[in-house]
Amino acid sequence: MENNRQVIKNRVAFLDKKIPTYASVLGITGLLIIWETVCRLQIVPPLFLPAPTAIVTAGWDMISSGELFKNLLASLYRIGWGYSIGAIMGIIVGLLLGFSKWADAIFTPIVYSIYPIPKIALLPLIILWFGIGEMPKVAIIALGVFFPVLINTFSGVKSVDPILIKAAATFGANHFNVIRKVILPGALPTIFAGLKLAAGTALLLLVSAEMIAAQYGIGAMVLHYGNLMITNKLMVGVLLLSFLGLVFNRTLQWLERKLIPWK
Amino acid sequence: MKIVVENVGKKFTDAKKKEVTALKDINLTIEEEEFVVLVGPSGCGKSTLLNIVGGLLSPSEGQVYFEGIQGKNPNLAIVFQEIALFPWRTVFENVTFGLEEKGVSKKEREEKGKHYIEMVGLTGFENAFPKQLSGGMKQRAGIARALSVEPDLLLMDEPFSALDAQTRTIMQEELLTIWDRTRLSTLYVTHNIQEAVYLADRVIVLSRHPGQIKAVIKIDMPKVGRDQDQYRSQFEQYSNEIWNLIRHDAHEALKEA
Repeated sequence: MENNRQVIKNRVAFLDKKIPTYASVLGITGLLIIWETVCRLQIVPPLFLPAPTAIVTAGWDMISSGELFKNLLASLYRIGWGYSIGAIMGIIVGLLLGFSKWADAIFTPIVYSIYPIPKIALLPLIILWFGIGEMPKVAIIALGVFFPVLINTFSGVKSVDPILIKAAATFGANHFNVIRKVILPGALPTIFAGLKLAAGTALLLLVSAEMIAAQYGIGAMVLHYGNLMITNKLMVGVLLLSFLGLVFNRTLQWLERKLIPWK
Repeated sequence: MKIVVENVGKKFTDAKKKEVTALKDINLTIEEEEFVVLVGPSGCGKSTLLNIVGGLLSPSEGQVYFEGIQGKNPNLAIVFQEIALFPWRTVFENVTFGLEEKGVSKKEREEKGKHYIEMVGLTGFENAFPKQLSGGMKQRAGIARALSVEPDLLLMDEPFSALDAQTRTIMQEELLTIWDRTRLSTLYVTHNIQEAVYLADRVIVLSRHPGQIKAVIKIDMPKVGRDQDQYRSQFEQYSNEIWNLIRHDAHEALKEA
């Protein structure tokens, strides 16, 4: 009797397998250990790849001398203003293009002809216009952020369910309120996709612009130490950029959860 | 006060640039506190007619007007088949949307919102988002949103057709109770004959190609309690009468893609 029993096993148990939280820490610690070992054993010369501990030491020096803070602040100022201006303008123009058929017909061809230009190619022109102060860097970031945000906002507006617009109109909403209470929230998930996309672009343009024309800033710092072949300080800048990107993304994710609680 | 649909016709141009007559010579009146149900096979233009009355579509001919409304702007509310609650608004915010657009004070919004949420039985769910509700509860919120503006004409476009059969039966009963309390002039569209006989003061049967009024049937039974045994044979008579009017068209509709 006992031998005839066939227990049915869950064949899809792998789908809801629980992974312990330390697993994600494991990968990054492993990488750091291998990196440190490779450097300690002098398989790679420290000029090409400094050890993590050497980078940390260099980083600490730069923090205590105030150098890191000064450069970080300069970069944050540029990306903060550039990103905010570009994002807000992109959302406003995207909403208008999405809502008004006239604006759509007139401006969309213009938008699509400027969009594919790599924005960094416009930096020399913008420097000619605005001089070599903070303005051109802020402008180039704003420009780079503006287009992806605009295009995502536009397609977000187009994807709002027309029945919701009809419902709002039925209950007496005017054009402005339809945009504010229906189209804007309806497009918000797509707008956030654009904002996240633009965050990467903003960081890229920040570093490029600072490498071309800046005294301070993380990009300028990285280039400076590269020219001097002080690799461990260069790596501090690179890691700082990675950290900055991470914080940027997390902030947007947090904001998205706050603003889109209905999803 | 009554609502008059006068000589309304609607033509569309289809994908092959051919002109299609969706509605032709529609004349009907909805009296004060009257519950009128439009029934017909699919493609008879009943939703088109409701959209024209609701101001979401312009008629090609004729007009729809309120009579005896003394200069005030007529107040309409629609309960949609697709429910159409704003996903980013809570139940309370959805229900009070129309009041908000009318510029009603916050205090009054809160009172009315609470009142109508209670009427549809959603008390306790004021702060839930639509996503967290079942289909029946979502449509209850949709009904509360329409009731809260206290409309001169309530339009309902197959409001329960997305619900399962049991929920649907319960919702029909609840709607009747609510209607009995509010007594709103109502235009209700459905393809369900039993639903029509159960709810209507008058049933308007539409035919297709073009959508025209085929018959107007006054339902001569008390408004509440038509599902009781004593009315069973009468109920069936009405249902059969309507089905016989629609049957041929419904078969024809089935043959079309």
